[in-house]
Amino acid sequence: MMRNLIPVLTVLIGIVAIWYLAVAPMNIRVSLDQAERAGLQVTPERAVERRDVSSWVLLANNFEHAGAGYSLDRPRLPTPQQVGQELWKTTGAMVMKGRTWSKRSLIYHGWITLRSTFWGFLLGTSIGIALSIAIVYSRVAEMSLMPWAIISQAVPIVALAPMIIVLSSQIGVDGRGFPKALISAYLCFFPVLVGMVKGLRSPQAEQLDLLKTYNATGFETFLKLRLPASVPFLFTSLKVGIAAALVGAIVGELPTGAISGLGARILIGDQFGNPLAIWSALFAAAILAGVLVTLLDRTQAVLLRQMGMRS
Amino acid sequence: MSWLVFALIFWLAAWGCNIALANSRMGSSTAARIVIPVIFGATILVIWEGLVRGFGISPAILPAPSAVGQTFVNSTDLLIEDVRQTVLKGALRGYLIGAVAAFVVAILIDRSPFLTRGLLPIGNFVAALPIVGIAPILVNWFGFDWQSKAAVVVVMVFFPILVNTVQGLREADTMQRDLMKTYAASYGQTLIKLRIPAAMPFVFNGLKVAATLALIGAIVAEYFGSPTRGMGFRISTGVGNLSIDLVWAEIAVAAVAGTTMYGLVAWIEKRVTYWHPSQRGRAKS
Repeated sequence: MMRNLIPVLTVLIGIVAIWYLAVAPMNIRVSLDQAERAGLQVTPERAVERRDVSSWVLLANNFEHAGAGYSLDRPRLPTPQQVGQELWKTTGAMVMKGRTWSKRSLIYHGWITLRSTFWGFLLGTSIGIALSIAIVYSRVAEMSLMPWAIISQAVPIVALAPMIIVLSSQIGVDGRGFPKALISAYLCFFPVLVGMVKGLRSPQAEQLDLLKTYNATGFETFLKLRLPASVPFLFTSLKVGIAAALVGAIVGELPTGAISGLGARILIGDQFGNPLAIWSALFAAAILAGVLVTLLDRTQAVLLRQMGMRS
Repeated sequence: MSWLVFALIFWLAAWGCNIALANSRMGSSTAARIVIPVIFGATILVIWEGLVRGFGISPAILPAPSAVGQTFVNSTDLLIEDVRQTVLKGALRGYLIGAVAAFVVAILIDRSPFLTRGLLPIGNFVAALPIVGIAPILVNWFGFDWQSKAAVVVVMVFFPILVNTVQGLREADTMQRDLMKTYAASYGQTLIKLRIPAAMPFVFNGLKVAATLALIGAIVAEYFGSPTRGMGFRISTGVGNLSIDLVWAEIAVAAVAGTTMYGLVAWIEKRVTYWHPSQRGRAKS
Protein backbone atom coordinates (compact mmCIF):
# COMPACT_ATOMS: atom_id res chain seq x y z
CA MET A 1 0.00 0.00 0.00
CA MET A 2 2.71 2.48 1.07
CA ARG A 3 4.88 1.37 -1.83
CA ASN A 4 2.26 2.66 -4.25
CA LEU A 5 1.71 5.97 -2.47
CA ILE A 6 4.35 8.04 -4.26
CA PRO A 7 3.52 6.81 -7.80
CA VAL A 8 -0.21 7.31 -7.20
CA LEU A 9 0.36 10.80 -5.82
CA THR A 10 2.58 11.68 -8.80
CA VAL A 11 -0.08 10.58 -11.27
CA LEU A 12 -2.78 12.40 -9.30
CA ILE A 13 -0.77 15.63 -9.26
CA GLY A 14 -0.28 15.22 -13.02
CA ILE A 15 -4.04 14.82 -13.55
CA VAL A 16 -4.88 17.86 -11.40
CA ALA A 17 -2.24 19.93 -13.25
CA ILE A 18 -3.72 18.96 -16.65
CA TRP A 19 -7.17 19.74 -15.28
CA TYR A 20 -6.10 23.24 -14.18
CA LEU A 21 -4.47 23.89 -17.57
CA ALA A 22 -7.59 22.68 -19.40
CA VAL A 23 -9.85 25.11 -17.51
CA ALA A 24 -8.52 28.15 -19.40
CA PRO A 25 -9.32 26.98 -22.98
CA MET A 26 -12.56 25.28 -21.87
CA ASN A 27 -13.95 28.38 -20.19
CA ILE A 28 -12.50 31.06 -22.46
CA ARG A 29 -15.77 31.61 -24.37
CA VAL A 30 -17.85 32.05 -21.24
CA SER A 31 -15.32 34.40 -19.65
CA LEU A 32 -15.06 36.44 -22.87
CA ASP A 33 -18.85 36.76 -23.00
CA GLN A 34 -18.78 38.07 -19.44
CA ALA A 35 -15.93 40.46 -20.22
CA GLU A 36 -17.82 41.76 -23.24
CA ARG A 37 -20.92 42.38 -21.15
CA ALA A 38 -18.77 44.23 -18.60
CA GLY A 39 -17.60 46.54 -21.43
CA LEU A 40 -14.01 45.30 -21.60
CA GLN A 41 -11.90 45.04 -24.74
CA VAL A 42 -12.25 41.59 -26.38
CA THR A 43 -11.03 40.30 -29.78
CA PRO A 44 -13.08 39.48 -31.83
CA GLU A 45 -15.61 41.82 -30.31
CA ARG A 46 -18.96 40.08 -30.91
CA ALA A 47 -20.06 36.67 -29.63
CA VAL A 48 -21.29 35.72 -33.12
CA GLU A 49 -17.82 36.30 -34.58
CA ARG A 50 -16.17 34.38 -31.75
CA ARG A 51 -18.27 31.32 -32.48
CA ASP A 52 -16.20 30.37 -35.54
CA VAL A 53 -12.81 30.96 -33.88
CA SER A 54 -11.14 28.04 -32.09
CA SER A 55 -10.69 28.20 -28.32
CA TRP A 56 -6.89 28.21 -28.66
CA VAL A 57 -6.88 31.29 -30.89
CA LEU A 58 -9.28 33.04 -28.54
CA LEU A 59 -7.02 32.14 -25.64
CA ALA A 60 -3.92 33.49 -27.39
CA ASN A 61 -5.63 36.76 -28.38
CA ASN A 62 -7.32 37.42 -25.04
CA PHE A 63 -4.82 36.03 -22.59
CA GLU A 64 -5.59 38.72 -19.99
CA HIS A 65 -9.19 37.41 -19.66
CA ALA A 66 -8.19 33.74 -19.20
CA GLY A 67 -7.90 34.24 -15.44
CA ALA A 68 -11.61 35.02 -15.19
CA GLY A 69 -12.31 31.45 -16.37
CA TYR A 70 -11.07 30.17 -13.03
CA SER A 71 -13.79 31.81 -10.95
CA LEU A 72 -16.99 31.58 -13.02
CA ASP A 73 -20.33 30.86 -11.38
CA ARG A 74 -21.43 28.50 -14.15
CA PRO A 75 -18.24 27.24 -15.80
CA ARG A 76 -18.11 24.66 -18.60
CA LEU A 77 -15.28 23.04 -16.66
CA PRO A 78 -15.00 24.03 -13.00
CA THR A 79 -11.59 23.99 -11.33
CA PRO A 80 -10.78 21.20 -8.85
CA GLN A 81 -10.82 23.87 -6.17
CA GLN A 82 -14.37 24.95 -7.03
CA VAL A 83 -15.56 21.34 -7.00
CA GLY A 84 -13.83 20.77 -3.66
CA GLN A 85 -15.42 23.87 -2.14
CA GLU A 86 -18.89 22.89 -3.38
CA LEU A 87 -18.36 19.37 -2.05
CA TRP A 88 -17.30 20.70 1.36
CA LYS A 89 -20.17 23.18 1.43
CA THR A 90 -22.71 20.39 0.92
CA THR A 91 -21.11 17.81 3.23
CA GLY A 92 -18.65 18.84 5.95
CA ALA A 93 -19.97 22.37 6.41
CA MET A 94 -23.53 21.04 6.71
CA VAL A 95 -22.42 18.55 9.38
CA MET A 96 -20.73 21.30 11.39
CA LYS A 97 -23.93 23.32 11.28
CA GLY A 98 -25.85 20.25 12.46
CA ARG A 99 -27.82 19.95 9.23
CA THR A 100 -26.41 16.58 8.13
CA TRP A 101 -29.81 15.27 6.99
CA SER A 102 -30.95 18.47 5.32
CA LYS A 103 -32.32 18.09 1.80
CA ARG A 104 -29.39 20.14 0.49
CA SER A 105 -26.77 17.89 2.05
CA LEU A 106 -24.99 15.40 -0.19
CA ILE A 107 -24.67 13.07 2.79
CA TYR A 108 -28.46 12.74 2.83
CA HIS A 109 -28.59 12.14 -0.94
CA GLY A 110 -25.65 9.75 -0.77
CA TRP A 111 -27.37 7.74 1.96
CA ILE A 112 -30.52 7.41 -0.15
CA THR A 113 -28.45 6.11 -3.06
CA LEU A 114 -26.32 3.86 -0.84
CA ARG A 115 -29.39 2.14 0.59
CA SER A 116 -30.70 1.17 -2.84
CA THR A 117 -27.20 0.14 -3.89
CA PHE A 118 -26.84 -2.16 -0.90
CA TRP A 119 -30.13 -3.98 -1.38
CA GLY A 120 -29.54 -4.23 -5.12
CA PHE A 121 -26.05 -5.62 -4.53
CA LEU A 122 -27.34 -8.23 -2.10
CA LEU A 123 -30.11 -9.31 -4.45
CA GLY A 124 -27.94 -9.24 -7.57
CA THR A 125 -25.05 -11.17 -6.00
CA SER A 126 -27.38 -13.89 -4.69
CA ILE A 127 -29.01 -14.26 -8.09
CA GLY A 128 -25.63 -14.26 -9.85
CA ILE A 129 -24.12 -16.96 -7.62
CA ALA A 130 -27.24 -19.12 -7.73
CA LEU A 131 -27.44 -18.93 -11.51
CA SER A 132 -23.72 -19.64 -11.95
CA ILE A 133 -23.99 -22.82 -9.86
CA ALA A 134 -27.02 -23.88 -11.90
CA ILE A 135 -25.15 -23.16 -15.12
CA VAL A 136 -21.99 -25.04 -14.17
CA TYR A 137 -23.91 -28.11 -13.02
CA SER A 138 -26.86 -28.28 -15.38
CA ARG A 139 -26.55 -28.36 -19.13
CA VAL A 140 -30.18 -27.37 -19.56
CA ALA A 141 -29.65 -24.30 -17.40
CA GLU A 142 -26.48 -23.33 -19.22
CA MET A 143 -27.96 -23.74 -22.66
CA SER A 144 -31.20 -21.93 -21.89
CA LEU A 145 -30.01 -19.26 -19.41
CA MET A 146 -26.57 -18.13 -20.56
CA PRO A 147 -27.61 -16.56 -23.88
CA TRP A 148 -30.46 -14.73 -22.16
CA ALA A 149 -28.27 -13.51 -19.31
CA ILE A 150 -26.04 -11.92 -21.95
CA ILE A 151 -29.01 -10.45 -23.82
CA SER A 152 -30.42 -9.09 -20.56
CA GLN A 153 -27.37 -6.87 -20.19
CA ALA A 154 -27.82 -5.45 -23.65
CA VAL A 155 -31.28 -4.20 -22.71
CA PRO A 156 -30.99 -0.57 -21.70
CA ILE A 157 -32.23 -0.74 -18.13
CA VAL A 158 -32.71 3.03 -18.11
CA ALA A 159 -35.62 2.54 -20.50
CA LEU A 160 -37.20 -0.06 -18.27
CA ALA A 161 -36.82 2.05 -15.13
CA PRO A 162 -40.03 4.13 -15.48
CA MET A 163 -41.96 0.97 -16.31
CA ILE A 164 -40.55 -0.89 -13.33
CA ILE A 165 -41.77 1.97 -11.15
CA VAL A 166 -45.23 1.95 -12.74
CA LEU A 167 -45.48 -1.83 -12.41
CA SER A 168 -44.24 -1.96 -8.82
CA SER A 169 -46.72 0.72 -7.75
CA GLN A 170 -49.45 -1.30 -9.49
CA ILE A 171 -48.54 -4.40 -7.49
CA GLY A 172 -48.71 -2.24 -4.39
CA VAL A 173 -45.04 -1.58 -3.56
CA ASP A 174 -44.65 2.06 -2.64
CA GLY A 175 -41.58 4.26 -2.67
CA ARG A 176 -38.67 4.53 -5.07
CA GLY A 177 -36.29 2.34 -3.06
CA PHE A 178 -37.58 -0.97 -4.39
CA PRO A 179 -37.50 -0.25 -8.15
CA LYS A 180 -34.04 1.33 -7.77
CA ALA A 181 -32.75 -1.75 -5.96
CA LEU A 182 -34.24 -3.89 -8.71
CA ILE A 183 -32.34 -1.91 -11.35
CA SER A 184 -29.16 -2.22 -9.27
CA ALA A 185 -29.61 -5.97 -8.99
CA TYR A 186 -30.22 -6.20 -12.73
CA LEU A 187 -26.88 -4.54 -13.53
CA CYS A 188 -25.03 -6.26 -10.69
CA PHE A 189 -25.91 -9.93 -11.21
CA PHE A 190 -24.22 -10.26 -14.59
CA PRO A 191 -20.57 -9.61 -13.66
CA VAL A 192 -21.00 -11.94 -10.67
CA LEU A 193 -22.53 -14.59 -12.92
CA VAL A 194 -19.79 -14.39 -15.56
CA GLY A 195 -16.99 -14.33 -12.96
CA MET A 196 -18.42 -17.24 -10.97
CA VAL A 197 -18.97 -19.42 -14.03
CA LYS A 198 -15.36 -18.81 -15.01
CA GLY A 199 -14.21 -19.37 -11.42
CA LEU A 200 -16.18 -22.57 -10.85
CA ARG A 201 -14.78 -23.91 -14.13
CA SER A 202 -11.23 -22.78 -13.40
CA PRO A 203 -10.02 -26.05 -11.78
CA GLN A 204 -7.98 -27.92 -14.35
CA ALA A 205 -8.92 -31.37 -15.59
CA GLU A 206 -6.10 -32.96 -13.54
CA GLN A 207 -7.40 -31.42 -10.34
CA LEU A 208 -10.89 -32.72 -11.01
CA ASP A 209 -9.42 -36.11 -11.87
CA LEU A 210 -7.48 -36.11 -8.59
CA LEU A 211 -10.68 -35.57 -6.62
CA LYS A 212 -12.25 -38.39 -8.59
CA THR A 213 -9.43 -40.72 -7.52
CA TYR A 214 -10.19 -39.65 -3.93
CA ASN A 215 -13.74 -40.89 -4.59
CA ALA A 216 -15.13 -37.43 -3.77
CA THR A 217 -18.84 -36.84 -4.32
CA GLY A 218 -20.05 -34.05 -6.52
CA PHE A 219 -20.92 -31.93 -3.50
CA GLU A 220 -17.47 -32.47 -1.95
CA THR A 221 -15.82 -31.52 -5.22
CA PHE A 222 -17.88 -28.37 -5.23
CA LEU A 223 -17.09 -27.48 -1.62
CA LYS A 224 -13.40 -28.37 -1.58
CA LEU A 225 -12.24 -27.56 -5.10
CA ARG A 226 -14.62 -25.54 -7.23
CA LEU A 227 -15.78 -23.09 -4.56
CA PRO A 228 -12.32 -22.22 -3.17
CA ALA A 229 -10.92 -21.98 -6.69
CA SER A 230 -13.65 -19.49 -7.59
CA VAL A 231 -13.00 -17.08 -4.68
CA PRO A 232 -10.47 -14.84 -6.49
CA PHE A 233 -12.86 -14.65 -9.45
CA LEU A 234 -15.78 -13.97 -7.10
CA PHE A 235 -14.12 -11.01 -5.44
CA THR A 236 -12.98 -9.52 -8.72
CA SER A 237 -16.60 -9.75 -9.87
CA LEU A 238 -17.96 -8.43 -6.58
CA LYS A 239 -15.86 -5.30 -6.99
CA VAL A 240 -17.30 -4.82 -10.46
CA GLY A 241 -20.72 -5.76 -9.12
CA ILE A 242 -20.88 -3.23 -6.29
CA ALA A 243 -19.79 -0.51 -8.72
CA ALA A 244 -22.46 -1.65 -11.17
CA ALA A 245 -25.03 -1.63 -8.38
CA LEU A 246 -24.13 1.98 -7.61
CA VAL A 247 -24.42 2.84 -11.30
CA GLY A 248 -27.81 1.13 -11.28
CA ALA A 249 -29.04 3.13 -8.30
CA ILE A 250 -27.89 6.39 -9.90
CA VAL A 251 -29.26 5.50 -13.33
CA GLY A 252 -32.51 4.51 -11.61
CA GLU A 253 -32.78 8.07 -10.33
CA LEU A 254 -32.00 9.75 -13.65
CA PRO A 255 -35.07 9.26 -15.85
CA THR A 256 -37.71 8.85 -13.16
CA GLY A 257 -37.95 12.38 -11.83
CA ALA A 258 -36.56 11.37 -8.44
CA ILE A 259 -35.90 14.27 -6.08
CA SER A 260 -33.50 12.64 -3.66
CA GLY A 261 -30.33 10.68 -4.35
CA LEU A 262 -27.08 11.50 -6.12
CA GLY A 263 -28.58 10.79 -9.56
CA ALA A 264 -31.35 13.27 -8.83
CA ARG A 265 -28.73 15.89 -7.95
CA ILE A 266 -27.07 15.35 -11.36
CA LEU A 267 -30.44 15.57 -13.12
CA ILE A 268 -31.45 18.73 -11.26
CA GLY A 269 -28.01 20.27 -11.86
CA ASP A 270 -28.42 19.62 -15.59
CA GLN A 271 -31.94 21.02 -15.74
CA PHE A 272 -31.07 24.21 -13.83
CA GLY A 273 -27.75 24.76 -15.63
CA ASN A 274 -25.72 24.36 -12.46
CA PRO A 275 -22.51 22.51 -13.41
CA LEU A 276 -21.08 22.72 -9.89
CA ALA A 277 -23.99 20.64 -8.55
CA ILE A 278 -23.35 17.99 -11.23
CA TRP A 279 -19.63 17.85 -10.54
CA SER A 280 -19.99 17.70 -6.78
CA ALA A 281 -22.62 14.94 -7.03
CA LEU A 282 -20.30 13.04 -9.41
CA PHE A 283 -17.41 13.32 -6.99
CA ALA A 284 -19.61 12.28 -4.08
CA ALA A 285 -20.61 9.21 -6.11
CA ALA A 286 -16.94 8.58 -6.88
CA ILE A 287 -16.00 8.75 -3.21
CA LEU A 288 -18.86 6.40 -2.34
CA ALA A 289 -17.76 3.92 -5.04
CA GLY A 290 -14.17 4.20 -3.84
CA VAL A 291 -15.09 3.40 -0.24
CA LEU A 292 -17.24 0.42 -1.25
CA VAL A 293 -14.64 -1.07 -3.62
CA THR A 294 -11.82 -0.51 -1.12
CA LEU A 295 -13.77 -2.34 1.56
CA LEU A 296 -14.21 -5.35 -0.76
CA ASP A 297 -10.59 -5.15 -1.87
CA ARG A 298 -9.30 -5.30 1.72
CA THR A 299 -11.61 -8.23 2.47
CA GLN A 300 -10.30 -10.01 -0.60
CA ALA A 301 -6.66 -9.48 0.36
CA VAL A 302 -7.20 -10.76 3.91
CA LEU A 303 -9.32 -13.71 2.80
CA LEU A 304 -6.99 -14.83 0.02
CA ARG A 305 -3.98 -14.63 2.33
CA GLN A 306 -5.77 -16.82 4.86
CA MET A 307 -6.69 -19.29 2.13
CA GLY A 308 -3.04 -19.43 1.09
CA MET A 309 -3.52 -17.91 -2.33
CA ARG A 310 -1.51 -15.05 -3.68
CA SER A 311 -3.23 -11.76 -3.11
CA MET B 1 -58.40 -17.62 -17.38
CA SER B 2 -57.90 -19.99 -20.30
CA TRP B 3 -54.90 -17.89 -21.33
CA LEU B 4 -53.27 -18.40 -17.94
CA VAL B 5 -53.85 -22.15 -18.08
CA PHE B 6 -52.45 -22.31 -21.59
CA ALA B 7 -49.35 -20.37 -20.53
CA LEU B 8 -48.80 -22.72 -17.61
CA ILE B 9 -49.14 -25.83 -19.77
CA PHE B 10 -46.83 -24.37 -22.40
CA TRP B 11 -44.25 -23.60 -19.70
CA LEU B 12 -44.24 -27.16 -18.35
CA ALA B 13 -44.13 -28.67 -21.85
CA ALA B 14 -41.24 -26.42 -22.92
CA TRP B 15 -39.33 -27.19 -19.74
CA GLY B 16 -39.66 -30.94 -20.27
CA CYS B 17 -38.76 -30.52 -23.92
CA ASN B 18 -35.55 -28.64 -23.05
CA ILE B 19 -34.46 -31.22 -20.47
CA ALA B 20 -35.05 -34.02 -22.95
CA LEU B 21 -33.16 -32.15 -25.68
CA ALA B 22 -30.14 -31.28 -23.54
CA ASN B 23 -29.75 -34.81 -22.23
CA SER B 24 -30.32 -36.51 -25.55
CA ARG B 25 -27.57 -37.53 -27.95
CA MET B 26 -28.19 -34.31 -29.88
CA GLY B 27 -27.45 -32.33 -26.69
CA SER B 28 -24.11 -30.90 -27.77
CA SER B 29 -24.97 -30.18 -31.39
CA THR B 30 -25.11 -26.65 -32.71
CA ALA B 31 -28.82 -27.02 -33.40
CA ALA B 32 -29.53 -27.78 -29.74
CA ARG B 33 -27.43 -24.81 -28.68
CA ILE B 34 -29.73 -22.58 -30.66
CA VAL B 35 -33.05 -24.36 -30.15
CA ILE B 36 -32.87 -24.61 -26.35
CA PRO B 37 -32.45 -20.89 -25.59
CA VAL B 38 -35.05 -20.11 -28.25
CA ILE B 39 -37.58 -22.40 -26.55
CA PHE B 40 -36.72 -20.80 -23.20
CA GLY B 41 -37.23 -17.32 -24.64
CA ALA B 42 -40.47 -18.32 -26.33
CA THR B 43 -41.74 -19.67 -23.01
CA ILE B 44 -41.17 -16.30 -21.35
CA LEU B 45 -43.00 -14.55 -24.18
CA VAL B 46 -45.95 -16.95 -23.95
CA ILE B 47 -46.16 -16.50 -20.16
CA TRP B 48 -45.98 -12.70 -20.64
CA GLU B 49 -48.71 -12.79 -23.29
CA GLY B 50 -50.79 -15.08 -21.09
CA LEU B 51 -50.45 -12.82 -18.06
CA VAL B 52 -51.29 -9.66 -20.00
CA ARG B 53 -54.36 -11.23 -21.61
CA GLY B 54 -55.39 -13.25 -18.56
CA PHE B 55 -55.38 -10.25 -16.22
CA GLY B 56 -56.41 -7.73 -18.90
CA ILE B 57 -53.46 -5.43 -18.21
CA SER B 58 -53.72 -2.02 -19.90
CA PRO B 59 -51.36 -1.59 -22.89
CA ALA B 60 -50.25 1.73 -21.36
CA ILE B 61 -48.63 -0.25 -18.52
CA LEU B 62 -47.44 -3.45 -20.17
CA PRO B 63 -48.24 -4.23 -23.80
CA ALA B 64 -48.46 -7.87 -24.92
CA PRO B 65 -45.54 -9.21 -27.01
CA SER B 66 -47.89 -9.58 -29.98
CA ALA B 67 -48.70 -5.85 -29.84
CA VAL B 68 -44.98 -5.03 -29.62
CA GLY B 69 -44.32 -7.26 -32.61
CA GLN B 70 -47.03 -5.45 -34.57
CA THR B 71 -45.44 -2.07 -33.82
CA PHE B 72 -42.00 -3.48 -34.65
CA VAL B 73 -43.13 -4.52 -38.14
CA ASN B 74 -44.99 -1.26 -38.74
CA SER B 75 -42.09 1.06 -37.86
CA THR B 76 -39.08 -0.71 -39.34
CA ASP B 77 -37.76 2.40 -41.11
CA LEU B 78 -37.83 4.38 -37.89
CA LEU B 79 -36.00 1.62 -36.02
CA ILE B 80 -33.29 1.28 -38.67
CA GLU B 81 -32.69 5.03 -38.58
CA ASP B 82 -32.34 4.87 -34.78
CA VAL B 83 -29.91 1.95 -34.95
CA ARG B 84 -27.76 3.84 -37.41
CA GLN B 85 -27.68 6.90 -35.15
CA THR B 86 -27.18 5.23 -31.77
CA VAL B 87 -25.38 1.95 -32.44
CA LEU B 88 -23.29 2.54 -35.54
CA LYS B 89 -22.43 6.19 -34.98
CA GLY B 90 -22.45 6.53 -31.19
CA ALA B 91 -21.74 3.21 -29.54
CA LEU B 92 -19.56 1.42 -32.10
CA ARG B 93 -17.21 4.32 -32.88
CA GLY B 94 -16.86 5.12 -29.19
CA TYR B 95 -16.18 1.46 -28.39
CA LEU B 96 -13.46 1.10 -31.02
CA ILE B 97 -11.75 4.36 -30.09
CA GLY B 98 -11.92 3.55 -26.39
CA ALA B 99 -10.69 -0.05 -26.79
CA VAL B 100 -7.72 0.84 -29.00
CA ALA B 101 -6.76 3.76 -26.76
CA ALA B 102 -6.97 1.62 -23.61
CA PHE B 103 -4.89 -1.19 -25.14
CA VAL B 104 -2.17 1.19 -26.35
CA VAL B 105 -2.04 3.05 -23.03
CA ALA B 106 -1.86 -0.25 -21.13
CA ILE B 107 1.16 -1.42 -23.15
CA LEU B 108 2.83 1.99 -22.79
CA ILE B 109 2.45 2.26 -19.03
CA ASP B 110 3.45 -1.37 -18.63
CA ARG B 111 7.02 -0.43 -19.60
CA SER B 112 7.33 1.80 -16.54
CA PRO B 113 6.74 0.01 -13.23
CA PHE B 114 6.44 3.42 -11.61
CA LEU B 115 3.57 4.49 -13.87
CA THR B 116 1.90 1.08 -13.57
CA ARG B 117 1.94 1.33 -9.80
CA GLY B 118 0.60 4.86 -10.02
CA LEU B 119 -2.04 4.35 -12.70
CA LEU B 120 -3.40 0.91 -11.80
CA PRO B 121 -5.04 1.95 -8.49
CA ILE B 122 -6.41 5.09 -10.14
CA GLY B 123 -7.61 3.17 -13.21
CA ASN B 124 -9.22 0.57 -10.96
CA PHE B 125 -10.93 3.35 -9.04
CA VAL B 126 -12.17 5.17 -12.13
CA ALA B 127 -13.39 1.89 -13.68
CA ALA B 128 -15.60 1.49 -10.63
CA LEU B 129 -17.12 4.96 -10.89
CA PRO B 130 -20.64 5.62 -12.15
CA ILE B 131 -19.26 7.26 -15.28
CA VAL B 132 -22.69 7.53 -16.96
CA GLY B 133 -23.12 10.57 -14.71
CA ILE B 134 -20.79 12.59 -16.92
CA ALA B 135 -23.26 12.23 -19.82
CA PRO B 136 -24.88 15.67 -19.23
CA ILE B 137 -21.44 17.32 -19.05
CA LEU B 138 -20.17 15.70 -22.27
CA VAL B 139 -23.43 16.47 -24.11
CA ASN B 140 -22.88 20.08 -23.03
CA TRP B 141 -19.31 20.01 -24.39
CA PHE B 142 -19.65 18.08 -27.64
CA GLY B 143 -23.15 19.06 -28.77
CA PHE B 144 -26.27 16.99 -29.37
CA ASP B 145 -25.10 14.80 -32.26
CA TRP B 146 -23.29 11.44 -32.13
CA GLN B 147 -19.93 12.93 -31.11
CA SER B 148 -21.06 13.47 -27.53
CA LYS B 149 -22.48 9.92 -27.39
CA ALA B 150 -19.22 8.46 -28.69
CA ALA B 151 -17.33 10.54 -26.11
CA VAL B 152 -19.43 9.11 -23.26
CA VAL B 153 -18.83 5.60 -24.62
CA VAL B 154 -15.05 6.19 -24.93
CA VAL B 155 -14.81 7.27 -21.29
CA MET B 156 -17.02 4.39 -20.14
CA VAL B 157 -15.16 1.58 -21.94
CA PHE B 158 -11.61 2.94 -21.53
CA PHE B 159 -10.97 2.09 -17.90
CA PRO B 160 -12.41 -1.45 -17.69
CA ILE B 161 -10.29 -2.45 -20.71
CA LEU B 162 -7.20 -0.61 -19.41
CA VAL B 163 -7.34 -2.22 -15.98
CA ASN B 164 -7.95 -5.70 -17.39
CA THR B 165 -5.13 -5.39 -19.92
CA VAL B 166 -2.59 -4.13 -17.37
CA GLN B 167 -3.59 -6.92 -15.00
CA GLY B 168 -3.39 -9.45 -17.80
CA LEU B 169 0.09 -8.32 -18.81
CA ARG B 170 1.29 -9.30 -15.32
CA GLU B 171 -0.30 -12.72 -15.68
CA ALA B 172 2.66 -14.60 -17.20
CA ASP B 173 4.34 -16.28 -14.22
CA THR B 174 8.01 -16.19 -13.22
CA MET B 175 8.80 -19.60 -14.70
CA GLN B 176 7.54 -18.58 -18.10
CA ARG B 177 9.38 -15.26 -17.98
CA ASP B 178 12.57 -17.04 -16.93
CA LEU B 179 12.19 -19.40 -19.85
CA MET B 180 11.96 -16.43 -22.23
CA LYS B 181 15.05 -15.00 -20.59
CA THR B 182 17.00 -18.25 -21.17
CA TYR B 183 15.97 -17.95 -24.82
CA ALA B 184 17.58 -14.46 -24.75
CA ALA B 185 14.25 -12.96 -25.84
CA SER B 186 14.12 -9.17 -26.05
CA TYR B 187 11.44 -7.09 -24.31
CA GLY B 188 9.41 -6.90 -27.52
CA GLN B 189 9.63 -10.63 -28.16
CA THR B 190 8.58 -11.48 -24.61
CA LEU B 191 5.70 -9.05 -24.94
CA ILE B 192 4.40 -10.40 -28.24
CA LYS B 193 5.07 -14.11 -27.76
CA LEU B 194 4.32 -14.54 -24.08
CA ARG B 195 2.75 -11.64 -22.25
CA ILE B 196 0.12 -10.40 -24.70
CA PRO B 197 -1.19 -13.93 -25.41
CA ALA B 198 -1.23 -14.62 -21.65
CA ALA B 199 -3.13 -11.38 -21.13
CA MET B 200 -5.82 -12.19 -23.70
CA PRO B 201 -8.37 -13.86 -21.36
CA PHE B 202 -8.24 -10.72 -19.21
CA VAL B 203 -8.39 -8.37 -22.18
CA PHE B 204 -11.47 -10.14 -23.50
CA ASN B 205 -13.05 -10.04 -20.06
CA GLY B 206 -12.71 -6.27 -20.22
CA LEU B 207 -13.86 -6.11 -23.84
CA LYS B 208 -17.01 -8.11 -23.02
CA VAL B 209 -17.92 -5.93 -20.05
CA ALA B 210 -17.29 -2.85 -22.19
CA ALA B 211 -19.46 -4.18 -25.03
CA THR B 212 -22.52 -4.12 -22.81
CA LEU B 213 -21.55 -0.75 -21.31
CA ALA B 214 -21.16 0.90 -24.70
CA LEU B 215 -24.82 0.68 -25.65
CA ILE B 216 -26.02 1.81 -22.23
CA GLY B 217 -23.71 4.82 -22.45
CA ALA B 218 -24.88 5.81 -25.91
CA ILE B 219 -28.55 5.52 -24.93
CA VAL B 220 -28.24 7.34 -21.59
CA ALA B 221 -26.36 10.18 -23.29
CA GLU B 222 -29.34 10.65 -25.61
CA TYR B 223 -31.60 11.35 -22.64
CA PHE B 224 -29.68 14.57 -22.08
CA GLY B 225 -30.14 15.90 -25.58
CA SER B 226 -30.02 14.41 -29.09
CA PRO B 227 -31.18 15.13 -32.61
CA THR B 228 -34.75 13.91 -33.22
CA ARG B 229 -33.61 10.36 -33.88
CA GLY B 230 -31.82 7.67 -31.91
CA MET B 231 -32.95 4.94 -29.57
CA GLY B 232 -32.60 6.93 -26.35
CA PHE B 233 -34.55 9.82 -27.85
CA ARG B 234 -37.33 7.49 -29.03
CA ILE B 235 -37.53 5.75 -25.66
CA SER B 236 -37.69 8.94 -23.60
CA THR B 237 -40.34 10.52 -25.82
CA GLY B 238 -42.20 7.19 -26.03
CA VAL B 239 -42.48 6.96 -22.25
CA GLY B 240 -43.69 10.56 -22.24
CA ASN B 241 -46.56 10.13 -24.69
CA LEU B 242 -47.48 6.58 -23.59
CA SER B 243 -46.52 4.79 -26.83
CA ILE B 244 -45.12 2.02 -24.65
CA ASP B 245 -45.28 -0.55 -27.46
CA LEU B 246 -42.77 1.48 -29.50
CA VAL B 247 -40.53 1.69 -26.43
CA TRP B 248 -40.58 -2.10 -26.11
CA ALA B 249 -39.82 -2.45 -29.81
CA GLU B 250 -36.78 -0.18 -29.30
CA ILE B 251 -35.74 -2.25 -26.29
CA ALA B 252 -35.94 -5.39 -28.43
CA VAL B 253 -33.77 -3.74 -31.11
CA ALA B 254 -31.29 -2.61 -28.45
CA ALA B 255 -31.14 -6.15 -27.10
CA VAL B 256 -30.40 -7.54 -30.57
CA ALA B 257 -27.75 -4.88 -31.26
CA GLY B 258 -26.05 -5.39 -27.89
CA THR B 259 -26.10 -9.16 -28.25
CA THR B 260 -24.57 -8.94 -31.70
CA MET B 261 -21.75 -6.81 -30.33
CA TYR B 262 -21.18 -9.15 -27.39
CA GLY B 263 -21.44 -12.21 -29.59
CA LEU B 264 -18.82 -10.84 -31.97
CA VAL B 265 -16.38 -10.23 -29.12
CA ALA B 266 -17.06 -13.70 -27.66
CA TRP B 267 -16.56 -15.28 -31.09
CA ILE B 268 -13.18 -13.60 -31.47
CA GLU B 269 -12.27 -14.59 -27.91
CA LYS B 270 -12.92 -18.24 -28.65
CA ARG B 271 -10.52 -18.10 -31.57
CA VAL B 272 -7.83 -16.21 -29.69
CA THR B 273 -7.90 -17.92 -26.27
CA TYR B 274 -8.67 -21.50 -27.32
CA TRP B 275 -5.86 -22.68 -25.02
CA HIS B 276 -7.41 -21.33 -21.80
CA PRO B 277 -8.95 -23.98 -19.45
CA SER B 278 -12.31 -22.20 -19.40
CA GLN B 279 -12.56 -22.48 -23.20
CA ARG B 280 -11.10 -26.00 -23.44
CA GLY B 281 -13.51 -27.39 -20.90
CA ARG B 282 -16.46 -26.16 -22.88
CA ALA B 283 -15.19 -27.43 -26.21
CA LYS B 284 -14.82 -30.98 -24.87
CA SER B 285 -18.26 -31.43 -23.34
